[in-house]
Amino acid sequence: MTENGDTTPLVVLADVNKHFGNLHVLRDINLTISRGEVLVVIGPSGGGKSTLCRAINRLETIDGGTITFDGQPLAAEGKTLAKLRSEVGMVFQSFNLFAHKTILENVTLGPIKVRGIARAEAERRGMELLERVGIGAQASKYPAQLSGGQQQRVAIARALAMDPKMILFDEPTSALDPEMVQEVLDVMIGLAQEGMTMMVVTHEMGFARRAANRVVFMAEGQIVEENTPEEFFTNARTDRAKDFLSKILTH
Amino acid sequence: MQALFDEFPVILEAFWLTIRLTLASGLLALVLGTILAGMRVSPLPVLRGIGTAYVNIVRNTPLTLVIVFCGLGLGLVLDVSFSTSLSTNYLWLSIIGLSAYTAAFVCEAIRAGINTVPLGQAEAARAIGLTFFQNLRLIVLPQALRAVIAPLGSVLIALIKNTTIAAAIGVAEASLTMKTLFESHGDAVVPIFFGFALGFLILTLPTGLLFTWLSKRLAVVR
Ligand SMILES: Nc1ncnc2c1ncn2[C@@H]1O[C@H](COP(=O)(O)OP(=O)(O)O)[C@@H](O)[C@H]1O
Ligand SMILES: [Mg+2]
Repeated sequence: MTENGDTTPLVVLADVNKHFGNLHVLRDINLTISRGEVLVVIGPSGGGKSTLCRAINRLETIDGGTITFDGQPLAAEGKTLAKLRSEVGMVFQSFNLFAHKTILENVTLGPIKVRGIARAEAERRGMELLERVGIGAQASKYPAQLSGGQQQRVAIARALAMDPKMILFDEPTSALDPEMVQEVLDVMIGLAQEGMTMMVVTHEMGFARRAANRVVFMAEGQIVEENTPEEFFTNARTDRAKDFLSKILTH
Repeated sequence: MQALFDEFPVILEAFWLTIRLTLASGLLALVLGTILAGMRVSPLPVLRGIGTAYVNIVRNTPLTLVIVFCGLGLGLVLDVSFSTSLSTNYLWLSIIGLSAYTAAFVCEAIRAGINTVPLGQAEAARAIGLTFFQNLRLIVLPQALRAVIAPLGSVLIALIKNTTIAAAIGVAEASLTMKTLFESHGDAVVPIFFGFALGFLILTLPTGLLFTWLSKRLAVVR
């Protein structure tokens, strides 16, 4: 999945600002994500992590600065925007599978309706992806019949089915029962090893240590600290980060 | 009682017209109501405004007014014509009135259904690149409609009863026919009334049961 030789960054955020009313949720965010990079975003609740993810595929508009994806500024609306979104996968905390569609239909809908791929081909590829995340046997079931961990793996397969250039993960394991966290992280680690570009909002240190190239610590709408996972978890520079880490470590 | 049997073919024909009025208006109202609901959740404020205004105006206007306007206003003054046959023309004009009126209720039922679809699903659909219309057509409306089958059943039952107002512009559905029969069988108004009332029950009760059954069968499991 790595685009060999292309060294231009995949995502560039420059001086990005975002308000919700009077609330300044993204403050002068400057962030570059390289192709094939796995970036972990960590930080206290309400710090703007979700908003950052959502701004990158423009589920949320920004009111200052620029976001460039694959060399192009984010389009405002219409076809170009839909194309951008189809190139950036997104995995949500609450899975958000389509409840009235079977597991296989969840995975083939995008390829058929957005990419215009023939149904048979989309189903073949969909089954392949479901096998890969270990859900092949459940293809004809409905989301409500699956466990949370299984649903989240389907959500990852749904994102992969679009052949995205990047996948955004917004706390993909936070809504899961503890015993299901690892099965989802394993799929994500596999993707990371294959070179998928990923931005992952998570507090799973094990994942960050094993799979991430870089950790970004975000609080109050700002990027407070950026480091390698090892350095960040053992040797955080800022008091803000140290304080946060001491809180999640005692849990 | 004898009058009821003698006039049975006439009664049957009247109810057949009631059924046709209901089916045609119901179908049109479903289409128009769905479009209105789509407008009411669209990202464009103009469309939302039009949708809201339509629903609030139409829902708060007496149906008789709407039907009389369609028959006399559209038909006679504005000369809207669907057929050279006068009765067919009034039939279509009353269908327009009934569907325009019922669409407002369909819209509100569907809008309530849209609110039952978790926002996250519409977001996930946007995130894979579906356009607003694809999102509405493939993700939101199918679930919204399945959530409001029972309320739509109530709207349909109300429509069956509301078709009687087409009598106001001379459409010979059940209630107008009943009035005609009252005049020709003055000695049998009570049996005739119960005959027609029974006819409406035969239409409305199974409709209610059918929609309750459908709503259970088609509910989206979450
Ligand atoms: N749609 C919204 N409207 C208003 N405020 C919002 C909205 N979404 C998020 N916020 C606020 O923005 C801040 C950042 O939220 P979020 O990006 O979800 O943080 P995080 O994901 O780091 O917990 C929070 O204070 C949150 O309450
Ligand atoms: Mg969040």
